[in-house]
Amino acid sequence: MTNGEVPHFDVIIVGAGPAGSAAALITARAGLKVLLIERGEYPGAKNVSGAVFYGSAILNDLIPNWWEQAPIERYVCRRELVMISPKTSVSLDFRSAAPGYVEPPFNGFTILRPKFDRWFAAQAEAAGAFLLTSTVVDDLLRDDSGRVIGVKVRRDQGEIRGDVVIACDGVNSWLARKAGLQRDLSTHALSLGVKEVIGLDEAVIRERFHLTGNEGMAVEYVGAVTENVHGGAFLYTNRESLSLGVLGQLSSLVEQKKRPYDLLETFKAHPAIAQLVRGGTLREYSAHLIPEAGWGMIPRLFSDGMLVAGDAAAFCLATGIYIEGINYAMQSGLAAGEAAIMACRRHDFSRRTLANYVGFLTQRHVLTDLHAFRHAPKFLNSERLQNLYPELAARSLEMLFRVDGRGKRKLVPLYWQTLRQTGVKPRHVLKDVYQIARAYLW
Amino acid sequence: MVMTTHEEKMRTARFKVDDTAHIVIDGTKCRSCSIRPCITVCPADLFVPLDDGSVLFNYEQCFECGSCYFVCPEKGAIQWTYPRGGYGVTFRES
Repeated sequence: MTNGEVPHFDVIIVGAGPAGSAAALITARAGLKVLLIERGEYPGAKNVSGAVFYGSAILNDLIPNWWEQAPIERYVCRRELVMISPKTSVSLDFRSAAPGYVEPPFNGFTILRPKFDRWFAAQAEAAGAFLLTSTVVDDLLRDDSGRVIGVKVRRDQGEIRGDVVIACDGVNSWLARKAGLQRDLSTHALSLGVKEVIGLDEAVIRERFHLTGNEGMAVEYVGAVTENVHGGAFLYTNRESLSLGVLGQLSSLVEQKKRPYDLLETFKAHPAIAQLVRGGTLREYSAHLIPEAGWGMIPRLFSDGMLVAGDAAAFCLATGIYIEGINYAMQSGLAAGEAAIMACRRHDFSRRTLANYVGFLTQRHVLTDLHAFRHAPKFLNSERLQNLYPELAARSLEMLFRVDGRGKRKLVPLYWQTLRQTGVKPRHVLKDVYQIARAYLW
Repeated sequence: MVMTTHEEKMRTARFKVDDTAHIVIDGTKCRSCSIRPCITVCPADLFVPLDDGSVLFNYEQCFECGSCYFVCPEKGAIQWTYPRGGYGVTFRES
């Protein structure tokens, strides 16, 4: 950087989240000269997730027994899916001691992103990547042919050259838009998440959630918890705190004129939640956008000299059953790294060589998973799934379990009556059964 | 307390405030906007409606989430960039 010379790297990665640090780790290990740029004071300072990390096996291939050194909270061996009406909740409770859930490499871990991302970026640094924090990238550098040849950072003499630029700059990726790879995102494709970390005594968490040792739990909610806004909520156990939050589809929040932090308070006040958070103290409030439309919002993934990974490429699987993003970010960062390594070996940074990224993404199951569940996001945001079915489940069970001396009824007439009360037509139910089957079954 | 006001929530986040705003609003465009969705959607509640129909934005406590940019129906009403490196919000536990 001396004598006014423009610094040059083999690979420049923008954003030190899970995608960026994974790309930096793999390219640095391959012996390339790698620059990892982060706009926060430290990696993770700007990052928010629920968060459960389901990519333990992936990370274990890179860093064996990573959980022994990384800042993890709890391993997830209990999951619960809850449908909620204003006064009732109906849930599916899963708990397992089966192989993979309670012993290495574990199925999932609750994590706090500012701590985890900082640790993960440090692994990339240890592998030889150069980490530049507190630096925001404003634009791409291009040559006359339009090929991306570096980045422009908001600093004096802010030009940095690189043979391959990997944009891992998050859901609101200015780089993907500036490169013409992504359009302005629709408010239907984005969800706003607001979250609180609530401090709670370790012993209380164990007792309240029926956990022993370092076991953890992930709970996801759908229904009246978001009032009429399309979305859902979550509650995860950390070591000495709970992470809980509410997600609302951006278009739906606008339409319903709901304030996200009011929904968060409504959620905490619900009888099913209030007892779980009782006695806790607010430690941190945060907010973040989530690219939830899946397959339908994936940008063009490469151009001459550039690749897009992580949330910037909308690699997030939000199907209701699966709510995963960090693992896909990591896989896509690794795939982008593999494509960059190939390009550097061949000294060919054209889109023809970088197109191999798509093959690496497929091998790492990113594109295949998103494609398999491509119908799920639309169905998840349908009016009936969001509001009517949770209400239906709650009401029919309220009637089923109520003993009021009026004689009992069998299930079909009971469901029929509830259906009529909620105003759902049988043909709508049939249509939805087909939608569910298409989205999840084959 | 588990139930918290918005002010209590905002007090838990840490901000390093730059002397210039990273998001700039063209208030004249907001006057012709009938819905002004930025006001309710902002998770930090930073958009203040003014008597003359325009909107004021307090950039100091911004989470940099981008919601205002995506919901804004008036093209060019919001000039949106990230704060200078190292400035803006710093999460510690999220």
